Amino acid sequence: MNAINPETALRTMSYAEAIREAMALAMEADPAVVLMGEDIGVYGGAFQVTLDLIERFGPDRVMDTPISELGGAGVAVGAALTGLKPIYEFQFSDFAMLAMEQIVNQAAKLRYMLGGEAAVPVVFRLPSGSGTGAAAQHSQSIEAWFGHVPGLKVLQPSTPEDAKGMLLAALADPDPVMIFEHKLLYKTRGHVPAGRYLTPIGKALVRRTGTDLTIVAGSIMVHRALEAAETLVAEGISAEVIDLRSIRPIDHATILASVRKTGRLMVVYEGVKAFGVGAEISALVAESDAFDYLDAPILRLGAADAPVPYNPDLERAAVPQVDTIAAGARRLFRREV
Amino acid sequence: MAKADNRPFALRTYAPEKLREALRRMYLIRRFEEGAEDCYMRGLIHGTMHLSIGQEASAMASCMELTDADKITSTHRGHGHCIAKGANVGRMFAEFFGKETGYCHGRGGSMHIADVKTGNLGANGIVGGGLPIAVGAALSAKRLGKPDVTVCFFGDGANNEGAFHEALNMAAIWKLPVVFVCENNRYGMSTPASYATAVPNISDRAAAYAMPGITVDGNDFSAVAEAVHHAIRRARNGEGPSLVENLTYRWRGHSKSDRNRYRTKEEIEEWMARDPIARFQADLIAHGILDQAGADAIAAEAVAAVAAGVEFAKASPAPDISEVTRYVHAE
Ligand SMILES: Cc1ncc(C[n+]2csc(CCOP(=O)(O)OP(=O)(O)O)c2C)c(N)n1
Ligand SMILES: [Mg+2]
Repeated sequence: MNAINPETALRTMSYAEAIREAMALAMEADPAVVLMGEDIGVYGGAFQVTLDLIERFGPDRVMDTPISELGGAGVAVGAALTGLKPIYEFQFSDFAMLAMEQIVNQAAKLRYMLGGEAAVPVVFRLPSGSGTGAAAQHSQSIEAWFGHVPGLKVLQPSTPEDAKGMLLAALADPDPVMIFEHKLLYKTRGHVPAGRYLTPIGKALVRRTGTDLTIVAGSIMVHRALEAAETLVAEGISAEVIDLRSIRPIDHATILASVRKTGRLMVVYEGVKAFGVGAEISALVAESDAFDYLDAPILRLGAADAPVPYNPDLERAAVPQVDTIAAGARRLFRREV
Repeated sequence: MAKADNRPFALRTYAPEKLREALRRMYLIRRFEEGAEDCYMRGLIHGTMHLSIGQEASAMASCMELTDADKITSTHRGHGHCIAKGANVGRMFAEFFGKETGYCHGRGGSMHIADVKTGNLGANGIVGGGLPIAVGAALSAKRLGKPDVTVCFFGDGANNEGAFHEALNMAAIWKLPVVFVCENNRYGMSTPASYATAVPNISDRAAAYAMPGITVDGNDFSAVAEAVHHAIRRARNGEGPSLVENLTYRWRGHSKSDRNRYRTKEEIEEWMARDPIARFQADLIAHGILDQAGADAIAAEAVAAVAAGVEFAKASPAPDISEVTRYVHAE
């Protein structure tokens, strides 16, 4: 890991606070940055991420929108096209479906359709994931959908440090960026450097080095994979855990290098297993020379082929957990228990 | 010479037994939601929930003339609609407890509470999600030659979704038997309707879709019943949709995580003084449809039904974890 200077090492904050700090820094530095979304003003956002920003920056820059996702996202796209730098918060990532038209047909394609003459530097923030008992329409992990759309960038921070750095990087990016934040991570705390820094878009990060197995995971699954990796130590399995960080663009080099080293690959993600991030990464390996290094079939662990259920035990069973990740690893070593 | 009947519309129009049943269901809604809140506080129910306490007249008076064949579409704040339409509180609690005996077999929870057999097509996690669905239900009734109507509940916040406008337009051009009932409780989460909506009344939107629109005191049972009565008659006569706006107020926060930063205690208290249940009960007593002892018995019955419902839910089996993909497709 990077050397940390003693002063900044003491600087810890929550994932939500880190995102807020990034927004405040950006707003102080650039009057073109505006926040838009439902109940982001006095309410502070459904997950309190924008708490108190309206007091600091006023309602002209922290704009509560009516409940109008298609219109709200579209207004953000139009404003981005013409000089503002909007950060549009979807109250839940599930509601991006109401704005699909503006995200996919407009934001993603405008630069290309206009032959490079236009830019849409909009940032969409999307609280995502299951585990809150909010059932099928408030718990989805749909980030992979947007991986299929040329023109978009799709990020997934797993730590407070990355949550801040990715938002600042997204704002610095000239194209539309979607950041899928995990609801269960908002209160998690970690080291966050002071000031402005950019987490590079499209760079995965090896969170844990290992020799026997590569686990590629994103968002909260990084934490579950790291925990699973610890339990595997006692069984003589050394797992390398890669935090994907960016779904689009995807970091081929880091993944392939790790697979060449370990000879085994497991991809862990919260979206539905079929047609997901795992398919893309598996194909990436299968199409490359890293395929020759594989000592076992590739394993994908994703969500059950069902909407996210309400019942807490069903909900838990529907997505990968620490124990299922560890069990998956054992399967790759034919150590079924 | 016959004396003019100066009783409120509902009391002139419905039989005493039906009125007492309406009061019973309003008490049931109130006690059910208090019970659900209590179970949530005690950790027996997880997730979140949206309580409609204070809005019971809107739910109940809008359902007075509906049969089980008539449909409703409901919202995330849908417990009241579900009970008003005739659901069993035991099965509702079972759903909240995530049990297999719940209305959605533990898959849906509060936000998706439904009772398809009594015509409740479901609460909805998506604001505005029910509006086009209601129009589709009305289209079915018309094409299949049935007399059924659909009552579509939605909030003031939902009127700013595109789905609202698209749905009202289609209902109007095809003259479909649907009644749009807007429960304007002044806020969509924290956002005041007066800020988020360009027109002063949601019912003003009706003009854009060439249908009648009316705004009534949503805490006045009889006023709601009268407005919805006329709208339903129009719908059943093939004259098309209407929009009824019930002005009301939710006493509780938006959901379980609301800190009420956007409204004052005084405002909440002012609205609590306009309790729709107390007002309806006073009307019934004043016009001799009920005496105090009768009212007390109805209230006590609701308490007992809720207690029994919780017990039913607790004793019910949970879904089997191996069945996580059950109900995704037809079996
Ligand atoms: C499409 C969509 N956007 C946002 C939300 C989040 N949300 C749930 S309820 C709500 C407020 C709805 O207000 P209103 O329609 O007035 O109904 P009320 O809650 O007041 O009953 C919001 C913003 C959602 N569930 N669906
Ligand atoms: Mg409302």
